[in-house]
Amino acid sequence: MSETGKPISRIDGHLKVTGKAMYSAEFNQPNMAYAFPVRATIAKGRITSLDDTAIKKEPGVISVVSYKNALKLKPLDMPAQAKAGAAFLGENLPPLQDNTVHYPGQFIAVVVAESYEQARAAAYKLKVHYAAEKAATDLKTELPNSKKPTKLMGEEAQVNGGKTATPLATSAHRVDNTYSTPVEHHHPMEPHATVAVWEGTDKLTLYDATQGVGLTGAIAAYFLGLPQENVRVIAPFVGGGFGSKGLWLHTLLVAMAAKAAGRPVKLALTRQMMQTNVGHRAATIQRVALGTDTAGTLKAIRHHTDTYNNLTEFFEPSGKQSLVLYKAPVREVTYNVAKLNRGTPTFMRAPGETPGTFALECAMDEMAYQLKMDPVAFRIANHTTQDPMKGHDFSSEFLVDCYRIGAEKFGWSARSMEPRQKRNGNYLVGYGMATATYPGGRSAASVKVSMTAKGDVTVMTASIDIGTGTYTVLAQTAADALGVPVNRIQVKIGDSSLPAAPLAGGSQTTASIHPAAMEACALLRKELATLAIADSSSKLHGRKPDEIGYADGKLVLIGDDKKTDSYADIMSRARRVEVEACATTLPVSGAGLTVPSALCTPREIPAEQNSDSKHYAFHSFGAQFAEVWVDEDLGTIRVERFTSVQDVGRIMNEKTARSQIIGGVIFGIGAALMEATEYDKRWGSPVVRTLADYHVPVNLDVPPIDVHFIGKADPHISPIGARGIGEIGITGVAAAIANAVFNATGKRVRDLPLTPDKLV
Amino acid sequence: MRPFKFSNAGDPATAITLVSANPGAKFLGGGTNLVDLMKEDVMHPSELVDITRLKHADIEKTATGVSIGGTATNSFTANHELIRKNYPLLSMAILAGASAQIRNMATNGGNLNQRTRCTYFYDVNLPCNKREPGSGCGALKGVNRNHAIFGWSEKCVAVYPSDMAVALAALNAVVHVEGRNNAKRTIQFADYHRLPGDTPEKDNNLKQGELITSIDLPTNDFAERSYYLKIRERSSYAFALVSVAAALSLDGNQIKQVRIALGGVAHKPWRASVAEKWLMGKEATESNFRAAAEAELKNARPLEHNKFKVVMAKKAITRALQGAMQGGVYGLEG
Repeated sequence: MSETGKPISRIDGHLKVTGKAMYSAEFNQPNMAYAFPVRATIAKGRITSLDDTAIKKEPGVISVVSYKNALKLKPLDMPAQAKAGAAFLGENLPPLQDNTVHYPGQFIAVVVAESYEQARAAAYKLKVHYAAEKAATDLKTELPNSKKPTKLMGEEAQVNGGKTATPLATSAHRVDNTYSTPVEHHHPMEPHATVAVWEGTDKLTLYDATQGVGLTGAIAAYFLGLPQENVRVIAPFVGGGFGSKGLWLHTLLVAMAAKAAGRPVKLALTRQMMQTNVGHRAATIQRVALGTDTAGTLKAIRHHTDTYNNLTEFFEPSGKQSLVLYKAPVREVTYNVAKLNRGTPTFMRAPGETPGTFALECAMDEMAYQLKMDPVAFRIANHTTQDPMKGHDFSSEFLVDCYRIGAEKFGWSARSMEPRQKRNGNYLVGYGMATATYPGGRSAASVKVSMTAKGDVTVMTASIDIGTGTYTVLAQTAADALGVPVNRIQVKIGDSSLPAAPLAGGSQTTASIHPAAMEACALLRKELATLAIADSSSKLHGRKPDEIGYADGKLVLIGDDKKTDSYADIMSRARRVEVEACATTLPVSGAGLTVPSALCTPREIPAEQNSDSKHYAFHSFGAQFAEVWVDEDLGTIRVERFTSVQDVGRIMNEKTARSQIIGGVIFGIGAALMEATEYDKRWGSPVVRTLADYHVPVNLDVPPIDVHFIGKADPHISPIGARGIGEIGITGVAAAIANAVFNATGKRVRDLPLTPDKLV
Repeated sequence: MRPFKFSNAGDPATAITLVSANPGAKFLGGGTNLVDLMKEDVMHPSELVDITRLKHADIEKTATGVSIGGTATNSFTANHELIRKNYPLLSMAILAGASAQIRNMATNGGNLNQRTRCTYFYDVNLPCNKREPGSGCGALKGVNRNHAIFGWSEKCVAVYPSDMAVALAALNAVVHVEGRNNAKRTIQFADYHRLPGDTPEKDNNLKQGELITSIDLPTNDFAERSYYLKIRERSSYAFALVSVAAALSLDGNQIKQVRIALGGVAHKPWRASVAEKWLMGKEATESNFRAAAEAELKNARPLEHNKFKVVMAKKAITRALQGAMQGGVYGLEG
């Protein structure tokens, strides 16, 4: 009877393809006005004059908000913010509070008008003068001024500095090379958009394209100085996020503009703003050294990253996977972080692992070639079943199976060790592979479930579906946990007034909310059982709760399936129109992000629901295999086919899970072959500004992608056994492709993306 | 976007009169480029005159070849039987450009008049002599990997983005325009677009108010041997790093006529006349193609970030001529 795991189509698919799914910018309000921001044209300095008198007379203009007249926001105060669940402001720069400029494109004012076009036309005319200062615009130039951060997301940032020098020097085989990755942008299909609606002076509703309604509500409440319960954030549908839809400044800007205008206000960002104001993946320069003995046993791994940040402490953690993969007695992972006057870097799909696996997994390929070992065999020979740093066993780990299954499905044995051995017309053909990995996170979550006497079930939690399938998979879990069909289940998410759930980031939604959903359903059955047991006309009257099971919309006496009582009968005899239950489950300690808003009460936290992080490390693994065709004369690369085998715990829905991996691989093809944002050093501004210059793969760039799952439940992360799946698909992809390009051409390109100019 | 007046002309003469009378007026075809430029405040015409309903959308046989209408869409043109059969080079070039949706909207006249995609031109906060004469060229010492290797000036290093026009250059097309008071004239394709010189703000030699009514394609014997090769950073919907329109006619294996035009390398479609001259009367062999390409690229002047285009263009010319020898294959380049 299990619905879980079935490849059912999205229950919200019909709404999406018929245009009935409402996205943030579509929540038009009566009397709504439109905002358009004005952005700084210098990289660093001060605004010396900002004269809005002329544009206030432009047609339709209602108000102009700048540092001169903006609402005073609560200042930055990390301990206080952390306490309020408001630490993760996209960049630490509450908007319009002073006249300083920290990067080109920074919001410096917002124009509110009757129409979008009027707001935009007036915004273009605002006269601003600046006193510019010398700005930091280039990573390489700023590296001498970089710092060595001590902390990275609460963990030690610098690991074993200097300790690999001797083992590397004495290794029989050594590779030591520098790899670089460019700035990448998230560019979800749906632009960031917010509609702000004030009710009186202290109640605010935000329709906001966000990956976390609770998170956005908490941060907005903190900076606007409102009680958290007075800010409601609604986002029933979000058209992709990839890490860019946390709380960025435009959301506060709209709330401030709406207050100034005394009307609901809408703001949708342009693609150009999305290149600057909602984060990006920072460029990295990574130096990776590996040492082995003559038999190919790793003796040391060293991974150093040079990168930058701006207005947060976050930096691209591209050494992460080098602390997890392979058995090596010594490993050293270090970072230098410069500061640039550039829009602030942030989390982007598999932050760390995406650029990091490119460097490490290319280095592994280079070492395998030096050893004349097969790259798969080399990885299997150095496989670890334990977290090398913590010494814990992995909770559930089938990486070697991923390699073997992948090699077989892909036909890896046809690969020649030496490059340039296979031709097809103008093309050189090559095979490459790489390991994929991403941590298995799990946060606290609350889920409420209600059931009507008619048998309609509603599952409610302040989670988000950013396109991943949250609606569908939650319905499947509830269907199984209650014994009712999926089509009787309605899922309500994307509203901060619902029981708290973590943001949709860090591949943790499924692992976090499903244990809570399952527990809430169990509590709901318990409630029904209590009613039945107490009811003398029930066939279950007087039984003990643990004697009662369930199936097909009924409670059933275990061992005697004639003795049943349907949910509908129980409720109608008890004159109940509805029963409901709410459950909260706790996080993997130290993993994931905390839930900012209220968990449901009464709290129900069964001890056995907690993950066993004392004894186990939670990680997902996979193996990526690519075949490429390289036209050496023209420099063009075609990924001809791709095989991805993933060990991500239990699969909750085979179809949506496959889509996540396919999406990740396509994202990886983009990173490998074409995605990059370049900046002009003189002005610090991006010279890649639209989706015509920021190339993401088109259909013709995407080959058949063959996805396989190990599908074994992780017994230690939760009773559900699923780890997240949103991010791992991208990891290792760029390395698999670059390694295949080497196998095809003998050319080792260590600088992403692999555009035609680098191969011609 | 700034406020503008929108006019709907019922006939060509009215449209031409309206645009001639107002220096701030522009014709509006498919709007696939102009409207973007208005949204970003790069261009702010005071008036748009919609010409999409005018009767210049036909493709027909003439005494000297085929005439394609100025307001015919790119899709209609590329897929028209007369074009596919007689000018497959043009069909291939059009289909290599933009996306199906854009080609469905874009007109032939508009395609010729589209503006460069140089990002310094698009970002109104950066200098650009084409957008704002006298402000300087941001790309000259900036990020210029997509920029010109031929014919640029200190004032402008932008490249012209059209694929269609590269084929039209190779085909010696003739542009028919009509100005105020029924003043008709023709412009040889090579003279239609300009090199930047000291006036990069002028992309072409049209006068204010002049409307492209049609483009003539002279009869040729290239249909069997022509090829459009486009190298780009993804398989579709990307501008060319380098593109080549190549056409050959042979006498045995001897080259009777050859046309080569390059895209993505200059402020206008670049006729590779040095290579063409070199090949005339020679055997159609790969080594001759290579030598001709070498000769053409000797004159290239790459910038800091686009030296790769010189190597790429040589190989692309050779490959395009080989493609032409094989009779061209639709859709090979996506």
